Amino acid sequence: MSAAVAPSSSPKITQPSLGELFRAFAIVSVSGFGGALPWARRKIVEQKGWMTADEFNEAFALSQFLPGPNVVNFSVVFGSRFGGAAGAAVALAGLMGPPLIIVLILAVFYARFGDLEMLSRILVGITAAATGLLIAVVAKMAMPLFRKRWDWAPPVAIAAFIGVAILQWPLPWVFLVLAPISIALAWVTR
Amino acid sequence: MNDSPLLPLFGYFALLSLFAVGGANAAIPEMHRIAVEVMHWMNDRQFADSFAIAQVSPGPNIIIVTLIGYHVAGFAGAAVATAAMCGPTCVVAFLVARTWDRFKEARWRIAIQAGLVPVSLGLIGASAFVLARTADHTIYAAIITAVTAFIGFATRINPLWIFAVSGVLGMSGWL
Repeated sequence: MSAAVAPSSSPKITQPSLGELFRAFAIVSVSGFGGALPWARRKIVEQKGWMTADEFNEAFALSQFLPGPNVVNFSVVFGSRFGGAAGAAVALAGLMGPPLIIVLILAVFYARFGDLEMLSRILVGITAAATGLLIAVVAKMAMPLFRKRWDWAPPVAIAAFIGVAILQWPLPWVFLVLAPISIALAWVTR
Repeated sequence: MNDSPLLPLFGYFALLSLFAVGGANAAIPEMHRIAVEVMHWMNDRQFADSFAIAQVSPGPNIIIVTLIGYHVAGFAGAAVATAAMCGPTCVVAFLVARTWDRFKEARWRIAIQAGLVPVSLGLIGASAFVLARTADHTIYAAIITAVTAFIGFATRINPLWIFAVSGVLGMSGWL
């Protein structure tokens, strides 16, 4: 685990420049209809090789448990790792800038023409596809977890899933109960 | 109208951003409460419309705050609301990320990190499940979800064209 994190021992991982960081997050956000997570993983792990599958899981898990929007946090966590404060600012600007402009253009158009009936029908289609993409990325992110000999990890993941999706318990409660258990298990089994 | 709306706009969203654990969708009810019921910035219909526009736009769904800000105070409002929603949490994220990377080899850090990953994965899986249950009302929508999941998992094809096709199918009333 820790050996794979050190840059010197993982020659396959390349370092992005500030310009590349901005471009990557701009593309991720502009492609990211119905959620940017699948696109972030596609760009960072599959296309650029800036992180391994494990490193991506870890960085995203951290972002998810910080307050605020997950993908926004992720851009800051990722950007700061590769470029300090400037990297964080550049990745955030790439993530938020283009959609901010697009959404304002849409709002101005809507104020003038206002056919939300059509917009919501388009949305039904896009959401169906976005859901499929999210399922695919969950499967991909689960693979390193279920492949390893961390016997406790798959049951914890399944318990979190059941708690929120099936039993519909509030997410903060599920997290507050499961996270300490999971961390304790990680501590003990290491 | 002595008071500029920019100050409450900034204050409410900055506060909300720090308590919004669980992403944009978890924060929507609270945004609705503030924008419609407490501050009377917009009515129900306008809020629902802003939500729809934010969902159709690419990028993080949190972009709905940009639209609320724009509705309240034009482009200045849009900028202030967006900065408020991203600013405080980004500072926290930056500080945590720095500390995190500094203690890369510490045993407690490795345990926390390894412990968070499966919980995180289960929660993302749950949101995919909830999304599928609300999105796939017809068999055609469910088929699109299944096909996209397969293509996203098993191939390297860019899924953007599926979004285009499914958007057109939705527009023509198939789904």
